[in-house]
Formats: sequence, structure tokens, C-alpha cells
Amino acid sequence: MTAALKIDNLNVFYGDSHVVRDINFELQDRESIAIMGRNGMGKTTLLKALIGLLPVRSGSVTLGGQVITSAESHERVIAGMGYVPQGREIFPYLTVRENILAAMQISKTRTIPPFVYDVFPVLEEMQTRRGGNLSGGQQQQLAIARALVSNPKVLVLDEPTEGIQPSIIREIAKALNHLKAELNFALVVSEQVLGFTMEIADRFLIMEKGEFVYEDNREDVDTDKIHAYLTI
Amino acid sequence: MFALQAFTGLSVFSILMLMALGLAIVFGLMGVINMAHGELMAMGAYATYGTSVLFEAYFPSLMSIYFIVGVVLAFFATSVFGYFLERSLIQFLYKRPLDTMLATWGVGLILQQLYRQFINPRPVEVPTASWLQGVWQVSEDVSFPMSRIFIVGLAFLTATLVYLFLYRTRRGLLIRAVTQNRGMSGAIGINQKRVDAYTFALGCGLAGIAGSSFTMLASTAPDTGQAYIVDTFIVVVFGGVESLLGTIMSAFFIGQMQTWFEFYLSGSMARAGILLLVIAVLYFRPNGLFATKVRR
Ligand SMILES: Nc1ncnc2c1ncn2[C@@H]1O[C@H](COP(=O)(O)OP(=O)(O)OP(=O)(O)O)[C@@H](O)[C@H]1O
Ligand SMILES: [Mg+2]
Repeated sequence: MTAALKIDNLNVFYGDSHVVRDINFELQDRESIAIMGRNGMGKTTLLKALIGLLPVRSGSVTLGGQVITSAESHERVIAGMGYVPQGREIFPYLTVRENILAAMQISKTRTIPPFVYDVFPVLEEMQTRRGGNLSGGQQQQLAIARALVSNPKVLVLDEPTEGIQPSIIREIAKALNHLKAELNFALVVSEQVLGFTMEIADRFLIMEKGEFVYEDNREDVDTDKIHAYLTI
Repeated sequence: MFALQAFTGLSVFSILMLMALGLAIVFGLMGVINMAHGELMAMGAYATYGTSVLFEAYFPSLMSIYFIVGVVLAFFATSVFGYFLERSLIQFLYKRPLDTMLATWGVGLILQQLYRQFINPRPVEVPTASWLQGVWQVSEDVSFPMSRIFIVGLAFLTATLVYLFLYRTRRGLLIRAVTQNRGMSGAIGINQKRVDAYTFALGCGLAGIAGSSFTMLASTAPDTGQAYIVDTFIVVVFGGVESLLGTIMSAFFIGQMQTWFEFYLSGSMARAGILLLVIAVLYFRPNGLFATKVRR
């Protein structure tokens, strides 16, 4: 069986600084992994390289058997990757509805799929508001909806809890689990909040200075150890 | 007198607005400083001139409507040219504004030379259709030339169509998405390069329509575009580079100022006056007079 996503010996640089170092991992269909690490350890850099916002120096990215290492971002979306960036990057001057429609290029229809407003009713209420005028939590929901309307096989989420209050974090975790069961995507999420990833991830990878230094499954995870990595 | 002066301002505004809308799309939305925008306007004017020559030779009976055909041809000629310009040159210079300025300036010079060599080194004029020659006699001493009324109408029609395209069509939505956040547009599946090319083509096509209108006010020379390019940049910056509505209002304002200043002062004093005013406004509102605010 081919993995949903396979990363081999990935190296990413900013100029001379080597930020992602020889990263390898595999993600099975419907699996969900959390990449955890403190600020500046290279999580965002890795995820940006996955969606093609940063070029890789060496290594390969394979999505459902298709090598996409040097594909453009929009080609990766067509190949089945969805991306929710850190900081959400909602189009500020587009309405909520337009933010979603803009992401529906590759689908044939112009009707927003029902799951969007079922799972995020607040987006329906705010349909005609400008994206830039939503709260952080609302923007996060919009960013997730926007990534899912292209029907990805792998959803890449970069620090979805950043700057969001605990009650909304729990809601987002619930929504993600529900959507995952309904839409059958695999998930890669970068995080610093263990409580959140404990609810959505099957597997944990700890990143330190661009390398994976520790890996664990949810069943036998050593939360103290992960906490130690996150707080040093 | 007052009404007539205001109306003259309105037709200057029309050309400025069409030019500025095109430039606002290319410069304001895409960040490309297109120094050849004036020459594209001249290209539109020459396309209209060419249409008139063809009609005179082959369909003299249809001379009354050649201008309509000319406007459409001007739009197509300039937007197709713009499309290929973007694909062959501009797309490689997106993050390099100085190189873009130099390269497009060069393109402008080449175009001017081509106009001189292959069209006519001296100004050319187009015939005015009979129904555009008349005047609209409002009262005994106030009358508006039909051609100017037509230009104003054309400008408003074009602005409306641009608005509908940008805000009511799928392609327009993609243009707005890409101009607001290029990287993220790609990451949600939009092919930005394709969007760039037709956005640029649209901006150039608007310069073509401006050129077409221009033929009704004055004769076209190879360097006609030069006279308008500076004013056009002023209009766009004054209006706030991210707001097309601002561009329209700014064109209106500057078009009016221009004719009023010229009425009371000499031509160069008028331009100096406008520049001072614009600088003063930008000092207090650096993002332009009509910039809107949204949390990013
Ligand atoms: N554009 C850039 N140019 C140069 N260095 C960069 C750039 N962006 C990030 N870096 C550096 O790369 C390293 C990894 O940054 P990255 O954003 O991937 O970390 P992160 O794990 O996502 O952190 P955070 O939890 O704060 O989001 C940091 O040392 C950072 O300073
Ligand atoms: Mg990060």
C-alpha cells in the first residue's frame, strides 16, 4: 500500500542556514501525526516546503505515490494536499464566502459543500463579512474550511491553536475529528499545545533544531517527556 | 462658464480614469511599475486610427460606427500585447521593481520608435463620426460637445464593466485573491501565473480604451503616452494603490483640479499646483486619500 504522504531525506535552507535537516516520515491514509517543538525549531519551514512555498535543497516529497518535490503549490493542491498556514492568512478584503469560493478552483461546482456550514455555523452567519474583520478563532475555522473544500487527501495544519482561547481550541479539535471521519483525509499538524494534539493525533514527532529527535504513538505516549521537550 | 469648465474637467477625468484604472490594476494590484503604460495608450489610439483608415477604404458607409469597432479593437490589441509582454518579460521581474521599471521603460521607447517608423512620425487624427460632431445646447451660452459626452459615457461604461468583472465573476475573484496574497493563493489551488498574465492583460487593455477615447480629444503622436503617464501615476498613488474606487475618485479630483488650475494659471503652474496638493495630502494620508482599513 502506498503511503498518503512520504518524506525522504528532506533538507531545507534559508540561504546558508540549514533549517530542516534530513527529515524522514511516512503518513498512512487517515492517519494523523503531530509535529511538536518549541519556537524556531523548523516546523513551519518543513510544512511550507511540503506545500511548495519554500524550495527544498534535497530529498523528496511523495503524495499518494506521486512525486511532487518540485511541483508548484497549486499543483500540489490538485494532487491532493490542503494547507492551513500559521497565522491563517485569510484574504483580508474578500468576504468569508469569497474566501471559500476562491479555494474551489479545482472543484466543478460553485456551491459550497454542506459540511462547511454544518461544522462551522459561524461562517454561515458571517458569509458576507470581510475575512480581515473576523476574530482569530473565526479566521482559523475559515482557514480550515478553505483548505478542505478542495477535498484533500492530506491536510497540513500549522499551529492552529496559536492565539486562540482554550474553549475554541477544544471546539476546533472536535470539528477536526468530525471532519476527518467524514472526509477521510490524513493530517499533519504542527503544534506546541499538547492538550490539543492529544485529542487529534495518532502519533507524535518531536522536532528540535530541524531534526526529529523523538517519536511516539498516542497509546504509549510519555507526556512528561514531550512536555520536557516543549518547555526547556 | 462654470458648467462648461467642470465638464471639460470631466472629459479629462475620463481619459485619466481609464488610464489610471489600468495602471491601478497593473501597479496597485500587481505591484508592477509599467513605464510603457503610456505607449500602450498610444497603441490603443493607433488601433483606433487604423480602424478608421480601414473603414474609410473598405466600408465607407459604416464610418458612423467605426469608433465602436475601434474601441473594441484597441482593447484587444493592447491586452493581447500585454499578455505576451507579461509572459515574455514581466513575469521574470516581479520581485525586482527597479528592473521592471527599466525594462518597461525600454519597451516604451521601442514602441515609440516603432510608431515613428511604421505608422507616422507626425501626429495623426481620426475623423469624428457625424453624430459625434454636434453639440448639446443646454442653454444659450452653455453647450457640451457630443464627443465629450460620449467619452464620459464610455469611461463610465468601462468602469462599470471592470467592476462587474472583478466583483461578480470567478476570474475577478481569482484576481482579487492573488493580489491580496500570492503565496496563499497558490496554496489553495489557484494558478497564480495564469492569473497574473490575464490581470496584466486587462490593465493593458484599459490603457488601450483610454487611447481610443483620447483620439476624440486630440491627435495622436508617437510620444502621446508620455504626457499622460506621470498624471496617471499621480492619480493612482493619490487614490490609494489598493482601492479601485479610490482611483476613480482620485481621477475625478485630479481631472477637475487640472482644468481649474489651467483655467486660472498657466499649464506648468497648474501641474506644479496639483503636485504640491498631492504631496500635502500624501503627507497626512500616506496610503492614499481613499485607502480602506482592514485587519490583515
Ligand atoms: N524567511 C526566513 N529567513 C531566514 N530564516 C528564517 C526565515 N523564516 C524562519 N527562519 C528561521 O528558521 C528557523 C525555523 O523557523 P520556523 O518558522 O520554521 O520555526 P517554527 O518551529 O515554526 O517556530 P514557531 O513555533 O515560532 O512557529 C528559525 O531559526 C527562524 O529564525
Ligand atoms: Mg511556525
